[in-house]
Amino acid sequence: MSDKEKAQTALRESATFDHATMAEIRRAAETGIYDIRGFGAKRKVPHFDDLLFLGASMSRYPLEGYREKCNTQVTLGTRFAKKPIVIETPVTIAGMSFGALSANAKEALGRGASEVGTSTTTGDGGMTPEERGQSTKLVYQYLPSRYGMNPDDLRKADAIEVVLGQGAKPGGGGMLLGQKITDRVAKMRTLPMGVDQRSACRHPDWTGPDDLAIKIQELREITDWQVPIYIKVGATRTYYDVKLAVKAGADVIVVDGMQGGTAATQEVFIEHVGIPTMAAIPQAVQALQEMGMHRKVQLIVSGGIRNGADVAKCMALGADAVAIGTAALVALGCNHPQWDDEFKKIGSAAGYYDDYHEGKDPAGISTQDPELMKRLDPVAAGHRLANYLRVLTMEAQTLARACGKNDLRNLEPEDLVALNVEAAAMARVPLAGTSWIPGQGGY
Amino acid sequence: MKTLDLANTSLREINQALHDQAGECTEREWKITGAKGDHNIACGLDASLSVDIEGHAGYYCAGMNKKAHVVVHGNAGQGVAENMMSGTVRVKGQASQSAGATAHGGLLVIEGDAGARCGISMKGVEIVVGGNVGHMSCFMGQAGALVVCGDAGDALGDSLYETKIFVKGSVASLGADCIEKEMRDEHIEYLTDLLNRAGMDEDPKSFKRYGSARNLYNFKVDNASAY
Repeated sequence: MSDKEKAQTALRESATFDHATMAEIRRAAETGIYDIRGFGAKRKVPHFDDLLFLGASMSRYPLEGYREKCNTQVTLGTRFAKKPIVIETPVTIAGMSFGALSANAKEALGRGASEVGTSTTTGDGGMTPEERGQSTKLVYQYLPSRYGMNPDDLRKADAIEVVLGQGAKPGGGGMLLGQKITDRVAKMRTLPMGVDQRSACRHPDWTGPDDLAIKIQELREITDWQVPIYIKVGATRTYYDVKLAVKAGADVIVVDGMQGGTAATQEVFIEHVGIPTMAAIPQAVQALQEMGMHRKVQLIVSGGIRNGADVAKCMALGADAVAIGTAALVALGCNHPQWDDEFKKIGSAAGYYDDYHEGKDPAGISTQDPELMKRLDPVAAGHRLANYLRVLTMEAQTLARACGKNDLRNLEPEDLVALNVEAAAMARVPLAGTSWIPGQGGY
Repeated sequence: MKTLDLANTSLREINQALHDQAGECTEREWKITGAKGDHNIACGLDASLSVDIEGHAGYYCAGMNKKAHVVVHGNAGQGVAENMMSGTVRVKGQASQSAGATAHGGLLVIEGDAGARCGISMKGVEIVVGGNVGHMSCFMGQAGALVVCGDAGDALGDSLYETKIFVKGSVASLGADCIEKEMRDEHIEYLTDLLNRAGMDEDPKSFKRYGSARNLYNFKVDNASAY
């Protein structure tokens, strides 16, 4: 019976126990194991679609779209590093590991980012020659597992990102199941082939912000204070985390909201831990402003960014740049309808595939299978990513010019309104058509 | 030998002088005096240097060491020789927690005791401790060897991968998936050599060997209580 036919009967689906919920109960009852998957949160949460820009009219003066320049270049790491990173577009590529992704996918990310002058980021598993070779600006992640961590690669990096958490699983460690631990992945991580690799959730040699300050000094000493050091946190108690990160000596702070993706973790973690990206940005900006460090310590925001409007809204709320992960993979070809028949063979469908941990990705991206990997041409995929990054940049410029701004970083909260009370409260901008910002007095 | 004094030379200048030796080595023997718990002394070395540190070192002394031979003539703070790749680091006194954390290679010798989490996530380093080690030592140890000439604290070798552990004294408790294993001739031979290289006058036959039961290598619902 089709949905239309059901609608004409008395059959009524429960909002609480919908089909997906009941299927999960049955799956749990049959297996006794929690559901592990990739991707990010699939539930609907307040997001950037709940915000609108106030374009210029009588009281504001717009810029001419094809005549007047709107700067997109951003310099990251101006606080302490001798060599800050200059990116031509404020859209960077978030950390994703070789292991979770194929070598071809990592190479494609590097190619695409380099084509438009932005940075890529390694991941849990070390730096591959493919990525270093193709990325003109490469951020090297320093994670609790320290898989593949070595001082030679540290010195090859253009920046170092100390990872305390990620938006999909703040408080959780990494997970790379045995199916994807091939000989090469195992060697890079110093693990036996085929084991389920568990990455610790805490760093092994420091336990709090005071220790972290010393750890950051160590990383600076090892690299002779050349490169910026980022601190990445999953969005939870963002106001306090950002203050502590600044105190610990970060050049750049990366805040990853709950819509951020992952290669694998428990579904319950993805959907129930963390706060939406939109809610995290004002907290981070407030912390930086109170310390007099806004724009001095740069803020990168990630988690669910899909288009130039999302980029512009993040920057209007006070971010210096954004990072994309899931969207970049989609640009490469992740979940592409051309593989729908093959997705069906593994019990999924194009647009729904999230079992990245199983290593069977028909698109050749989240896999280590050599035959599947061949399906992804890193040159063509890299070019698609570059195209997508250009579109994001041009869309953000379009909105900035409409607001009369000649630099994306001149966008401001005053340019935004919210469509609903939740978004107004989280983003700290007025409800559209009013001057009311929930929580800021007057009511 | 070149001597640098932390009392009148900054840590940055000292580390830069040592790092510069990776390009053109002009002096192999170095002495750093005046250490009073300063952090990050001699980290990131990448040359075959001999570095003697007089006094006590703070956190991350000789961190990420490559090739160099570093001796701390005192105690060492948290994370001594963390992520070491090669070379040797010797602590004449005691070492704080996370000694040799995540280290990939080389030899770390602690003549006194080591604190909690000694050898955490070690990836190939050899660590020899003359005294005792604290709790959770060798947690998630991936490769290499940890030798304890004294006693080991609680949860030794929890979630262990392939690191070999040898303990002469008592073990307060073993962590998840860590078991005692047979000490065969090949292990006696290996331990004899390692103790000799560490300069420890111990009878290798008096040690017990511990390793991974490998039951947690792949997720099984039957092991849910161990996760």
